[in-house]
Amino acid sequence: MWEYTDTVKDHFFNPRNAGAMNDANAVGEVGSLSCGDALKLMLKVNPETEIIEDAKFQTFGCGSAIASSSALTELVIGKTIDEARKLTNQDIAEFLGGLPPEKMHCSVMGQEALTAAVAAYKGEELDEDDHEEGALICKCFGVDAGMIERAIRNNKLTTLEMVTFYTKAGGGCNSCREPLEELLADTNKAMVAEGLIKAEEAFIFGSAPAPKKEKTVKGFVIPDTPVAAPTGPAQPSAPVQIAMPAAPAAAPAAVAVAPAPAPAPAAAPATGLSPAKEAILVARLIEEMRPTFKRDGGDVELFDIEGNIVMVHLTGACSGCQLATQTLGGIQKIISEALGRPVRVIPVAKT
Amino acid sequence: MKDMTEVTPVYLDNNATTRVWPEVVEAMLPYFSEQFGNASSIHAFGAEVGGALRQARRSLQELIGAEFDHEIIFTSGGTESNNTAIRSALQVQPGRNEVITSAVEHPAILSLVDWLEKHEDVVVHRIGVDKLGRLDIDAYREKLSDKTAVVSFMWANNETGTIFPVDGLAELAHQHGALFHCDAVQAVGKVPIDVKSTDIDMMSMSSHKLHGPKGLGALYLKKGTRFRPLQRGGHQERGRRGGTENAPAIVGLGKAAEMARASMAEDIKRMTALRDKLETGLVASVGHCFVTGDPLDRLPNTSTIAFEYIEGEAILLKLNQAGIAASSGSACTSGSLEPSHVLRAMDIPFTAAHGAIRFSLSRETTEEEIDRVLAVVPEIIAGLRVMSPFWSADGASPENFDPAYA
Repeated sequence: MWEYTDTVKDHFFNPRNAGAMNDANAVGEVGSLSCGDALKLMLKVNPETEIIEDAKFQTFGCGSAIASSSALTELVIGKTIDEARKLTNQDIAEFLGGLPPEKMHCSVMGQEALTAAVAAYKGEELDEDDHEEGALICKCFGVDAGMIERAIRNNKLTTLEMVTFYTKAGGGCNSCREPLEELLADTNKAMVAEGLIKAEEAFIFGSAPAPKKEKTVKGFVIPDTPVAAPTGPAQPSAPVQIAMPAAPAAAPAAVAVAPAPAPAPAAAPATGLSPAKEAILVARLIEEMRPTFKRDGGDVELFDIEGNIVMVHLTGACSGCQLATQTLGGIQKIISEALGRPVRVIPVAKT
Repeated sequence: MKDMTEVTPVYLDNNATTRVWPEVVEAMLPYFSEQFGNASSIHAFGAEVGGALRQARRSLQELIGAEFDHEIIFTSGGTESNNTAIRSALQVQPGRNEVITSAVEHPAILSLVDWLEKHEDVVVHRIGVDKLGRLDIDAYREKLSDKTAVVSFMWANNETGTIFPVDGLAELAHQHGALFHCDAVQAVGKVPIDVKSTDIDMMSMSSHKLHGPKGLGALYLKKGTRFRPLQRGGHQERGRRGGTENAPAIVGLGKAAEMARASMAEDIKRMTALRDKLETGLVASVGHCFVTGDPLDRLPNTSTIAFEYIEGEAILLKLNQAGIAASSGSACTSGSLEPSHVLRAMDIPFTAAHGAIRFSLSRETTEEEIDRVLAVVPEIIAGLRVMSPFWSADGASPENFDPAYA
C-alpha cells in the first residue's frame, strides 16, 4: 500500500469542496479514462475583482487524486485568477506534505485542471498537451519512458551511463536497470533503422558492463601523457575511463557519440565557468575537505587541473593508504557534482 | 494501516494470501528447533525429518489426485514452479519454439513469456477471452502446431475466479505433441482436482493460498515427462530441484492439504452461498455495478464486482477504514496506470474496470462478516460517486463529462 501523509489521508477521507457546482463560470475538465484519472474543476469567479470566491471538484481517481483535487480547491479559493495561475503542481504536493513518486501525476492533473479552467474563463485556447507519457521507469527520480526515449534520441545516447547523466534515471536504487537497458536497446535499434546512428554504435541488450569498482589506479603513478610517451605512437595508457558526454548541461545536441577517451589536456570542455573560476572552486572544495583528512592523520592538496583531470598530492597517512582509491573516488564525486561535469582525480607524487 | 477501527477486521482478500491455520503452525513448530536435521543426513536427526517430508508429499498427492508421490517437486512458490515448467518444456523439445498461453494469466506466466519472446527467440501466442472471461478455444486450436513446445493455461483466474476447461485443453495440446502446463495456484484446495485422470503434464501450486506458509510451492510433474531443472544443485527432489528442503514449510503444507481435502465439499457449499449472498446483495443495493467472470463456472470463493464511475483504490481505502480488506485489479494499487489486464482482456469498459473490487472468501468467512460488508459498501460507493465527474444529482451522467485528453 502507498505511504500517504496524514494530510493526504485527511483530504481523502474528508475532502473539502467536493461535489457539483451549478453556477460556476470557469470549468476545467482534464484527465484520461484509460489511466483512471479524471478531474472536473469548477470555479466561481467574481467578474469585478477576478477573485475566485468558491471552488468545487469532482474527481474520478485514486486516493491521492481526490486529495490533490481537494487541496487544489483550498489553494485557489480567495486568490485572484492571476495569482491562481501561478500555482504549480509542486505547490499542491507541498500543501499535502508530499506525494509518493508514482502519484505525482495526481498533482500535475490538478494543475492542468486549473490551467484549463483559467483558460476557459479568459476565453483562451489551451496550449498543446505536454504532459509526460509512458510508464514510470525510474522511481527514485520520477523519470518516465517518454522522457528517457527523447533524451536518447535527441542526444544519440548509446550507453547506460550517459542515459543516467542526461535523465538521472537509474542513478538511484538501480532497480530499474533491466527496463532501462531494454529501453535503450530498443530505442537504439529503432535509431539504427532510421539511420540516426550506426549499427556498431547501438547498445545491445545485455552488453552493459557489470558495475565494478574502478581498480585501475594502482599506487600513485602519474599516468603517461602522450607527450611523454617515449616509443612510437603508443596509445596513452591512461586508466580506462567510462565514456562520458562532454557537457551535459551546456550543449547536449552537439555531443558526439561515446568518444574514445581523449588525451587529457585536449578534453577540456566548455562549461558555465571559466577555467580560472573552476580552479578557484576546486581549490575551495579541497580546502573544505582537508580537515577530514587531517583528522585521520593525512592531507590532500590541489596540484593542478588539466581539462578533465584534477591532480592532487596525497600526504601523510593518506599516501599509501589501502583506501586511497576510494578516497579519491569521493573527492572526484564532490568535484564532478560541483562543476556539473565529470572529472577524474588522480594522485601525483610531490617532487 | 492504523485506520483499522476497533471492530474485528473482515478479511476478504484470500486470493492474495490466506491466514496460516493454527493447526498448520502447530505441525510446523517442532521442525524448527527440535527436529531441525537435514533430511539428507544419515543420522537420526535427518531420518525423522525425511519421514515427515514423505508424509507431507503424500498429503499433497492426495489433494490433487496424483498417481505417485514422487510426481510432486517442492519449490519456493507458484512463480518458481511456473518458470521451471515453461523453461523445462522449451529445453526438452528442440525444434519446437512456440508457447501458447492466455491473455489473462498471472504475471508469473505473462512476464516470463514476454521475456522469452523478446530475448530468447520464443514465439508466443496469447489467446483472448470473451466478455465473461471464457477462453476462445477456436483461436487456441488455430495456434496449435508441431512448433508448439508447451501450452500453459491457468486452472482458475485469480481476479475473476473463472475456471478454464483445462482437461480438454490439455488433450488438444497432446494431439499436437505439445506439453501442457497448468497454473493451478488459485484452484488447488478450493475445487476438487484429480490430475491423474487428465492430460496435464505439469501443474503449479502455492502453499500460502490454501492456509499453508508462504515461501513454498510445488510443481506436479507427471511421471515420464521429460524435464530439465531450473535450479541445479544437490540431489534433493530427485535432482529436479537442488537446495535443502524447507522442512517446516513442507510439513505445514502437508497439514494444510490434509485439512483442505477433509472439508472441501462442505467448504465449497458454504462459500458459494456466502459469495452469492454478497453479490446479489451488493448488485441490488448499489446499482451501476456488475459481477465479472463466468457465472456458470468459477471458483466458489471469488467475486469481482465492477463499480462504475469510481476508482478502485479510493474504494479500498474507504473499505480499509471500515475494517474490510479486499483488493482491486485497478491501476493505482499496482503502480502502473493501466487497469487490470484481465478485465481489459474481457473488454470491460475503463470506467468500470478501474472500479473493480475483488472479494475473495475463505472457509473461515462468516455470514456476519458478509452482512457487515453489505451494510457499509453502499454508503462508501455513494459517497465516492458524489465526488465523481460522471455523476450528477440525478445519478449517472457520463455524457456530461468530456475531459480534455481522453
